[in-house]
Amino acid sequence: MTEHAVKNTWVEIGGVVLKKDERAPNLPDDTKQVPLEMRVKGFLVHDAEKGGEADIVTLSGRTVRGILTGINPEYDHMFGRPIPELSPIAGEIRAILRERRKTS
Amino acid sequence: MSTDSYKTIMDQKADIMRSSVGIDYEKYTTGPLSFDYEAMLNDTGYDLDAIRDIQDRSAVGNTPLVELRNLTELVRTVSEPGKGARLFVKDEAANPSGSFKDRRASLSAFEAKKKGYKGIAAATSGNYGAAVASQAAKAGLGCIIVQEAFDSHGTAQPEIAEKTRACEAYGAEVVRLSVGPELFYYFLIVLKETGYFNASLYTPYSILGIETLGYELAMQVKSREGRFPDVVMATHAGGGNVTGTARGLIKAGAADTLMVAASVDLAGLHMASDRDFNRKSFTTGHTGFSVPFSTWPDRADVPRNAARSLRYMDRFVTVTQGEVFYMTEALAAIEGMERGPAGNTSLAAAFAIAREMDREHIIVVQETEYTGAGKHPLGQLNLAKQMGIDVRRGDPGENRPGKAIVIPEHPSQIKPVEMNLDRIRRSYLRNALDSLPDGENVTGTDIAFLVAETKSDETYVREAIESHERKKR
Repeated sequence: MTEHAVKNTWVEIGGVVLKKDERAPNLPDDTKQVPLEMRVKGFLVHDAEKGGEADIVTLSGRTVRGILTGINPEYDHMFGRPIPELSPIAGEIRAILRERRKTS
Repeated sequence: MSTDSYKTIMDQKADIMRSSVGIDYEKYTTGPLSFDYEAMLNDTGYDLDAIRDIQDRSAVGNTPLVELRNLTELVRTVSEPGKGARLFVKDEAANPSGSFKDRRASLSAFEAKKKGYKGIAAATSGNYGAAVASQAAKAGLGCIIVQEAFDSHGTAQPEIAEKTRACEAYGAEVVRLSVGPELFYYFLIVLKETGYFNASLYTPYSILGIETLGYELAMQVKSREGRFPDVVMATHAGGGNVTGTARGLIKAGAADTLMVAASVDLAGLHMASDRDFNRKSFTTGHTGFSVPFSTWPDRADVPRNAARSLRYMDRFVTVTQGEVFYMTEALAAIEGMERGPAGNTSLAAAFAIAREMDREHIIVVQETEYTGAGKHPLGQLNLAKQMGIDVRRGDPGENRPGKAIVIPEHPSQIKPVEMNLDRIRRSYLRNALDSLPDGENVTGTDIAFLVAETKSDETYVREAIESHERKKR
């Protein structure tokens, strides 16, 4: 089932800027194997389907065309779980200072 | 989107740069190698007072200088008697977008507005993007930030993902690209299409904007302690932070204060590698930028880089990723200041250097940065683990960039590694001499320039020239 987005929805579009063989010379081997891709967000100029072509107006007012990759896309960076290797550090350091203050 | 080929756009680089920066760099050339650095900065027309005034009006600068008494006490638990200098930090997170980068962006935004540009653009994945977006918002300018943001699997570096969000919060368009140096190509397309001002990190505006940081901290220490700091510690990447801060110190009269640069050691990781991209854990303040930019500043996106760190550096050290994460925890745990890890690079180095210094001495860490989801040890170490990096406690000497992040078990284990400045200076001179056009000879003006560039003397430069000639023969 395709996802449909209506005009004026906040979306992300993307596309290939440079294909593998169009890329800069002197790239590391792994980077050479993949294209240069782009993603940018803005408001849809017209109704569009995810995976289909779409035009957007970005926050700077540019009109950009690409493939619709996300509809009201999520900011998914986060803190995540506490890191067990970090969790004890605060207690350890406070203990060092307590010890020093006891003896001085 | 434009479909101009890579070569077509790159061939227009000089023209696009000239119209987007508004500086005729050619006119500062004084010899086959040399150019008039001070004239290039002076011709902007902004002196320190003017910059302080512009920054004051955009809520930039005048950040608190905080004495880190508990961290100083911790230093002294691992120092010889009589040693353990007093640690201070300039809380640059108090700037509008949360880092010292607001100082760099403020003057570019002011200049762009004055010259009638409709907007400003910058190619950056770090704090500078948020700073440019924030200053553009205040100045009523359009803003586009071009980031290197995700690898070929679509996985974003968490710190950069947070920058994307921050820039969009300030109303900027953010173009996110996959890994590769062609970011610069796309940036040129954007400049050409929009006619925006190029708020490059390496223009005179960007460097002059940081002078206020060095000046302020020198004056704050002087008014509180009656003298200037003994050491100022700056996180070092492209060279702007070291250059601008040191110039500000000199303008304050603190010419004897030692300027020490610190970078996170990322040796072995390739900056243009799609695979290494998400194994770096730090997006800036690392050797992947600081070493190439120290040894050849003119690799920047402008013809003459105004950030020339070798002119100002007295010492250069590296710290490990694990040491920086450890100090980030310490700063929160005993000073009550939760700040972003990248800004704490210089704090980790300062902690260890304070151990060598006398108790009466003062060492100032010249920045902090804001923290939040993504820009935080938790987000960054969770990604590191997901990428198969071994995160463990132990001797930080076992830290291996991209393979193992070793978090110290005790503060006594924090030991920065000395970078050999002599080797870096020689490498710079080799690069400079290699750039000498065919048929041209090094002039007396060039030699004086190279002496200033390497903070050395004429004998040193002449020896390097002779050695370069011998190798060519």
